[in-house]
Amino acid sequence: MNTRDLKLSSELDLDRPNPEDYLPSGSIPESHPKLRLSDLLDISPALTEAAGAIVDDSFTRCFKSNPPEPWNWNVYLFPLWCCGVVIRYGILFPVSVLVLTIGWIIFLLCYIPVHFLLKGNEKLRKRLERCLVELICSFFVASWTGVVKYHGPRPSRRPQQVFVANHTSMIDFIILEQMTAFSVIMQKHPGWVGLVQSTILESVGCIWFNRTEAKDREIVARKLRAHVQGADNNPLLIFPEGTCVNNHYTVMFKKGAFELGCTVCPIAIKYNKIFVDAFWNSRKQSFSTHLLQLMTSWAVVCDVWYLEPQTLRPGETPIEFAERVRDIITARAGLKKVPWDGYLKYSRPNPKFTERKQQIFAESVMQHLEERSKQIRR
Amino acid sequence: MGNASSMLTQYDIEEVQEHCDNLFSQQEIVSLYHRFCQLDRSAKGFISADEFLSVPEFALNPLSQRLLKMVDGLNFKDFVAFLSAFSTKAIIFKVYDSDCNGEVSFKDILEVLRDLIGSFMSDKQREILCNSSLKMEVEVPVD
Repeated sequence: MNTRDLKLSSELDLDRPNPEDYLPSGSIPESHPKLRLSDLLDISPALTEAAGAIVDDSFTRCFKSNPPEPWNWNVYLFPLWCCGVVIRYGILFPVSVLVLTIGWIIFLLCYIPVHFLLKGNEKLRKRLERCLVELICSFFVASWTGVVKYHGPRPSRRPQQVFVANHTSMIDFIILEQMTAFSVIMQKHPGWVGLVQSTILESVGCIWFNRTEAKDREIVARKLRAHVQGADNNPLLIFPEGTCVNNHYTVMFKKGAFELGCTVCPIAIKYNKIFVDAFWNSRKQSFSTHLLQLMTSWAVVCDVWYLEPQTLRPGETPIEFAERVRDIITARAGLKKVPWDGYLKYSRPNPKFTERKQQIFAESVMQHLEERSKQIRR
Repeated sequence: MGNASSMLTQYDIEEVQEHCDNLFSQQEIVSLYHRFCQLDRSAKGFISADEFLSVPEFALNPLSQRLLKMVDGLNFKDFVAFLSAFSTKAIIFKVYDSDCNGEVSFKDILEVLRDLIGSFMSDKQREILCNSSLKMEVEVPVD
């Protein structure tokens, strides 16, 4: 066991086990004809794995915001950078704030009358509110000098379909919403975001959940099913990763979106990091700080791909379906897959995974013992 | 070394390198330092048990609790020394000798087996296993 074998790589090392290698065979002893005391005592595979995990692991990598390399480190580049800062903070930022303020004024001036005066005429009201939500999202995107390229056929309003996308930040929702008024399932946030959620997003139809409530899952599953059946509801957008990931990797998809018995339309989103790192590290910054950071950067450039709708194949489980869709999105956006559940950010792994490892080891030991006792009897 | 969030100087790197008997190159020590700062989220200068357990790959390992006892609360220099120990077989002895009395007894072997096998074999079965393998093979590799 060589320390050199431990992966002391930087963030550039992207080779990691597939879901199939989730329980690597190195953690169990190889088949030997003789079970020697040394084999029993040799815990080096387990130790190597543990040391490897301490030194570098694929889960923490998913949530690392990689700061860009400083390029302003010498005499003539530094003044250039300073000019850039002056332009960004002195010109771009006030313009962004102005654009956003104008947007909000127009939006509120139209939304409030529509919402209260057209109470009788539901269909027209819903249609106008949808257009207005798309409008305010366009204003948001403009305020970050957003350059979004949409590829593929625009989402259609049909029953029995959900849209799934990879998740980097809450702005994913705004970017998608400016093209199509989706309903979304979201975690309730505090502060002004919560206020916007409970007033404006209610009009496009949103489902709330609380990550920490276990019982909540069944209630949410029921609400999802009910929403998808309704013909008048806006198409539902779900982020099956369940948490924000840094746009280099995808974590495992939750199967909730894939067991509703309807078509799943994947959407892949990839941000161009040259202009700004759009990853929202919710542990490090609040959403307001994140928005400010976006408004004071040059641009938010991203690609959005609307991919081919997928349905559950005969004999496929929802989990396999989720993994298949994750493969499609990951391949399209040029990301890498990791076999971890995003919620491990907030909780410890389920002990049943450790138990599985123990079970494999126990079975191999029993097998060796049996073979050994057969040899002795002969 | 001081506060973990401060930058590493050349002196620091050489000190750490000496402490681990030159097992790691200077580049590797810098990488390990980035990793140390990444794990030590509150920049205390050491990594708490909780922060180690937030690495799911580590938390899943059956030997994680034993290793945690050895690595909990180490500063960066000792952290690198701990990792350098993995290149020798001596670490296996240290993991087995959980009561730190310098000896690995039958009881110690049984306890490690319990960590590795969990509830999938009864205590009796584990004892029989140890006894039979001790009888089967007198050969114990000496490094």
